[in-house]
Amino acid sequence: MVSARAGGTFSVDFMVSATAGSILERRQRRKTNEVDINMLLKIENLHAAINGKEILKGIDLTVNAGEVHAIMGPNGSGKSTLSSVLVGNPVVKPTEGSITYRHKDLLALSPEDRSREGIFLSFQYPVEIPGVSMVNFMRAALNEHRKYKGLDPVSASDFLKLMREKRAIVELDNKLAGRSVNEGFSGGEKKRNEIFQMAMLEPTLAILDETDSGLDIDALRVVANGVNQLKTPHNAAIVITHYQRLLDYIKPDFVHVLYKGRIVRSGGAELALELEEKGYDWLKENEA
Amino acid sequence: MQDSNNIINEVTGGDYKYGFVTDIDTETIRRGLDEETVRIISAKKKEPEWLLDFRLKAFRYWQTLEMPDWAHLNIPPIDYQDIIYYAAPKKKEGPKSRDEVDPELLKTFDKLGIPLHERAQLAGMAVDAVMDSVSVKTTFKEVLAEKGIIFCSFSEAVLNYPDLVKKYMGTVVGYRDNFFAALNSAVFSDGSFVYIPKGVRSPMELSTYFRINAANTGQFERTLIVADDDAYVSYLEGCTAPMRDENQLHAAIVEIVAMERAEVKYSTVQNWYPGDREGKGGIYNFVTKRGLCKGESSKISWTQVETGSAITWKYPGCILAGDNSIGEFYSVAVTNNYQQADTGTKMIHLGKNTKSRIVSKGISAGFSQNSYRGLVKVSPKALNARNHSQCDSLLLSPSCGAHTYPYADIRNETAVVEHEATTSKISEEQLFYCQQRGIGTEEAIGLIVNGYAKEVMNKLPMEFAVEAQRLLAISLEGSVG
Repeated sequence: MVSARAGGTFSVDFMVSATAGSILERRQRRKTNEVDINMLLKIENLHAAINGKEILKGIDLTVNAGEVHAIMGPNGSGKSTLSSVLVGNPVVKPTEGSITYRHKDLLALSPEDRSREGIFLSFQYPVEIPGVSMVNFMRAALNEHRKYKGLDPVSASDFLKLMREKRAIVELDNKLAGRSVNEGFSGGEKKRNEIFQMAMLEPTLAILDETDSGLDIDALRVVANGVNQLKTPHNAAIVITHYQRLLDYIKPDFVHVLYKGRIVRSGGAELALELEEKGYDWLKENEA
Repeated sequence: MQDSNNIINEVTGGDYKYGFVTDIDTETIRRGLDEETVRIISAKKKEPEWLLDFRLKAFRYWQTLEMPDWAHLNIPPIDYQDIIYYAAPKKKEGPKSRDEVDPELLKTFDKLGIPLHERAQLAGMAVDAVMDSVSVKTTFKEVLAEKGIIFCSFSEAVLNYPDLVKKYMGTVVGYRDNFFAALNSAVFSDGSFVYIPKGVRSPMELSTYFRINAANTGQFERTLIVADDDAYVSYLEGCTAPMRDENQLHAAIVEIVAMERAEVKYSTVQNWYPGDREGKGGIYNFVTKRGLCKGESSKISWTQVETGSAITWKYPGCILAGDNSIGEFYSVAVTNNYQQADTGTKMIHLGKNTKSRIVSKGISAGFSQNSYRGLVKVSPKALNARNHSQCDSLLLSPSCGAHTYPYADIRNETAVVEHEATTSKISEEQLFYCQQRGIGTEEAIGLIVNGYAKEVMNKLPMEFAVEAQRLLAISLEGSVG
């Protein structure tokens, strides 16, 4: 199902544990293959700053099709900055390093073209847009994506059918779809609405930024089910989370610990459990 | 913040699409304004004596007035002696049928999206096309005449229906109403006249398209709409002008009279040339529009989408004289670059159980100034009057201004008057959220602005709604080639 190569990504702090899983092993084995059509994202030595303050201090990460990567770490470690720089949020300025996405220089693409190229961010704080209905918003987005691919705009009936279909994935109420974008939505509804949009746009690389924050257990289950249903061998997800509990529902192939702008540890799903047990304090101890 | 401001600056610099000049011989009179000017205009139009008297009275009154300065507008001095008060496209030589129009003029209106020749005429809409000081053609006249509806240019109405004109002209906006009303009453040129007889619903939308073409001229049109008992009409008004460096004056009057249970919907898409990005040129739009709900249970509603003009000064209002009458005002006013707008409405409640509703949506970008000014007046005899006003402002740049001046003059304690106001701006977070979904900044602003203005846009007749939506986007987006 998955073939990959590890481009020296985990070299520094990489710990292969006995339960790391077969994907890791295969990645190791295929290290020598030069061209890999499954490589979606390759981040190399990425540095990025907000208001002149360096937040990311040399990130290396490779994501292949079919993989789910979890990025964990204490508050302020740079998790959201990483997601912001991937989607081209103007607040974050990349200062060094490179990001290759499907063999393109990602940093050279506008935010809207990154979206059209298949990168989707589920926002930690989805924005309200009063007056713009979800229907109009989604139709505009979908048609922009289609235009980029050289396709005609979607017909009204096909669009409504698609809305109905995708809404079901996250059990989103029809009424919400008729309302203005995120306006008056509860925290849980906003997150479900993010996953609904993800379902509509069928991204190749989905980034979920703290999608679990503020969700009760039922909403968490709905959201996670939605994400799992959208998973295919051809797309990948980066799940950014502070807590382990989301990873009970969305099984990561890799877990990375981000601390002070660097990935300080990588491993398999079991690393998340270890973090849950030990917390993040050991990072500070290591530092001292 | 800096980044998103730059983006908005870039995309709000839309180009004006209707700025071309028609190369046509124009007959103009000399510059300047005196009694002789008034007499010349009246003679050009072969007007009866009573109308000339009306004009002269208005002119003499105007001479005693000074230009009002209470609006939140910075109006450069206007030299009224430097304006040409009458300009008409010259008729070509040779024998022609009465209805034949110069092909050059047909082409002009074609280009503006207003086809006048028989085959291409807009279905379901009769058009009176006015260029400079004269009406070029009115379509569907005969079809309407079968129902007894009179739809023609004002000049024609003066000659053919003098009694109707005499009876209603100046009854809603008297020449003493204000400075610009007095000026218009003295020198008005063409406009439209509509009369809907008792019990008739107009089978189509009636529309007037005003075009300024000649240089150094002012346009002073006058429109009068009378809906008799139980009549209904929906009327649309559109306007454009060429791009010129000097400012041009447009001072119009619109009067509406609605009799018992009559209903008049008046919609405007105002797109006069707004001037360039530095604020050079553009139309001064000083307009007096008012409707009189004369009969019981009559209704007048104004819908305006204002995107043009360098300076706009207009307050379409309703006098609710008949018991149970209803007045409505729906407005979207967009100002960009150095445009200034001071616009709103007046709702004068005189009859019992009268209702008025005001929805004003201001959108300001660039260095523009956008003011809402509205008056709700309830007279002592107006029992159980109700008003609801909603004034929203959307700011697209840190250098623009939005102002709200609501006045309420309530003389009857049974009145219920409500006022709501909001101010918002498009945030960089909203724009980025759209971009992340694949919607570029220009499209995103269009989406948000149209969403914001939806409540008003929905009031426009279908034929206009699409055009107006596009116009809104163009005024703010620079998406025009």
